[in-house]
Amino acid sequence: MGIKVSIKRAIYEENDARASAIHEGLRARGIFAVNVLGGPGAGKTSLISALAKRIRSSGSKLAVIEGDIASDIDTRALRELGIEAYQIETGGDCHLNAPMIEAILGKMRIEDGSWLFIENIGNLVCPAEFVIGEDLKIVVAGVSEGSDKPYKYPFIFAKSGACVLTKIDLKEAMGFDETFFEAGLAAAAPHAALLPLNGRTGEGADRILEWLVAAREASR
Amino acid sequence: MHEASAAEAILRIVDAETGARGADRVTKIRLVVGEATGYMEESLAFFLGIMAKGGPAEGAALEVEYVKTRLRCASCGEEYDRVGWVLECPRCGGPGSLAGSGDEFYVDSIEIEKE
Repeated sequence: MGIKVSIKRAIYEENDARASAIHEGLRARGIFAVNVLGGPGAGKTSLISALAKRIRSSGSKLAVIEGDIASDIDTRALRELGIEAYQIETGGDCHLNAPMIEAILGKMRIEDGSWLFIENIGNLVCPAEFVIGEDLKIVVAGVSEGSDKPYKYPFIFAKSGACVLTKIDLKEAMGFDETFFEAGLAAAAPHAALLPLNGRTGEGADRILEWLVAAREASR
Repeated sequence: MHEASAAEAILRIVDAETGARGADRVTKIRLVVGEATGYMEESLAFFLGIMAKGGPAEGAALEVEYVKTRLRCASCGEEYDRVGWVLECPRCGGPGSLAGSGDEFYVDSIEIEKE
């Protein structure tokens, strides 16, 4: 007969502790980190590109960490736009974790006071479980993915400060039920702002950046 | 893959606790898992079984206590457990939001043996 030992330790306690250390390190340097979540093809990279253009033209600095299971397609696309972008290839892991961010930050050139966008793996489940040192999570949902996402994955929406709804130019073609989506978002994440984006034209990106700037100010 | 990282983290905790108590073998691992996290017992057991090989937790039984996702209705204040994918309040149909339980994920206890 075994001896029962009570433990009650959070399974991701080590990840959480390392994420806190990353967050403190970034904060001390005035860097504001945004963890960008969303399913594959939702428009995470397009959102980051649209924001990057605006941030650079306003004279601010930014850097991007791209998380993918494999390939550096997104990183190369961002670099072609002149954006400081770094790739993490997880080789199968379905989410980024704090040790991965620690490792890449050691190799990055990132100026104090920058914005740091971290594009997580395309997935609406696991990335919600892992803090990676961010100030804020935003979740990207595409019109083409359907209007039921907040109902099916309430956890990732609940943990996000805002939901960017992309591909709004396809609403009609996709038969997107906006009322249903909004009700789901309001239920899963009553605090979250809903921010529409047309990634092709950039319509909506100014408003998203304004929202982020306000969130950054509020965190100071 | 979700469960693979979890199994790794669970074994790190279990192995450390086992070592700290000078035990040789773990016979049972008990977890508390909120339903909203989406961790499946079968899958956790599968990865734990593979990853524990050669260590003190090899062959340990897994017991999972699931905690229901608790929702609170924004309209009438009713608290209720989530059933399936439904968020709506069973009383008034209003929108239900997560109300503090359902995202648990911790090692509750282990059973160990000394030789």
